[in-house]
Amino acid sequence: MCDSDSHKEMLSIAKRLVAELEAGNNDQATSLVDELAHIREGELFQEIGKLTRELHSSITSFEIDSELCDITKSDIPDAKERLNYVITMTNQSANRTLTAVENAIPYCDALHDKSVQLGAEWKRFVNREMNADEFRQVSKTLEGYLAESEEQLDAVKGALNEILMAQEFQDLTSQIINRVIKMVDDVESHLVNMIKATGSAPVAAKEEEKGKLEGPQVPGLSTSETVNGQDEVDDLLSSLGF
Amino acid sequence: MPANPNMKILIVDDFSTMRRIIKNLLRDLGYNNTAEADDGQTGLPMLQNGSFDFLVTDWNMPGMTGIDLLKAVRADENLAKLPVLMVTAEAKREQIVYAAQCGVNGYIIKPFTAATLKEKIDKIFERIDG
Repeated sequence: MCDSDSHKEMLSIAKRLVAELEAGNNDQATSLVDELAHIREGELFQEIGKLTRELHSSITSFEIDSELCDITKSDIPDAKERLNYVITMTNQSANRTLTAVENAIPYCDALHDKSVQLGAEWKRFVNREMNADEFRQVSKTLEGYLAESEEQLDAVKGALNEILMAQEFQDLTSQIINRVIKMVDDVESHLVNMIKATGSAPVAAKEEEKGKLEGPQVPGLSTSETVNGQDEVDDLLSSLGF
Repeated sequence: MPANPNMKILIVDDFSTMRRIIKNLLRDLGYNNTAEADDGQTGLPMLQNGSFDFLVTDWNMPGMTGIDLLKAVRADENLAKLPVLMVTAEAKREQIVYAAQCGVNGYIIKPFTAATLKEKIDKIFERIDG
């Protein structure tokens, strides 16, 4: 019931009350007083209802705050730990892979060089440019090469397996990063809700620092200020006379 | 064939894995004479004392960045003509232009391929030798 309605109603009851009292109708007067009290009570209930709603929304927004507090107290430090672990794992994997490659390359080089040498000698043999002594020597070299190559190829295969196993981080790091992305999503929605609840106007975005290093480009997030790949770098530099 | 297989190359990057990758790629291209530094602060004295023929540097590093190292190299009369190749994740146009203005000889953005590294090195030395 709006204020002016209740005001009019109270006024009309009051007028009737005066009339009934002047006429000496006490019973009617008493029931009119009850009616007035009833109107008053209605307003009071409305007021309590409003207060209750406000209290409820305050409590709800306070709950949002406390959830956000939990996130800042535990989830964010936790996420930092997780991301540091991602760095550790990817670093370990890169080093493990590089070590395996560096171990395998000398074997590949040795196999390659020996193949080139034997290939040349074999060609001489086929062309009948080789005497018997030389051929015996080449046969020995070939025998040694076959034995060595077996060992060296095993070592190369071992290195390839090592590289294979060094990729196991990808599964774990993806899971960790997914959890952190979810946490960032949660924080975002809590902050949006808080801003909605308090009704604050958005603060103007800070102007970008000039000359700031941006780090790696992410596909889909590049702007007109950044280049997309090496071809654009080359185009830009050649437009400058490079 | 490499431009000059014996040329002495300094690789400057704060990540040891990236230094190892570049070192291995250079070796595969026939350049075996390499040294490493983890930022400009350690790299610059090595350049000043070490008769290097070529510098490959990252941009974003703690201590002294690659662009500051490039400026220091160009300002040092003994090093001013040293060819410098920047290998970096920084991809803003104004930064690439700035690196060019500071006198960089080549600019590669990460992630990059072995073929790109070869192409840029060949181009740099073609121009110097030609």
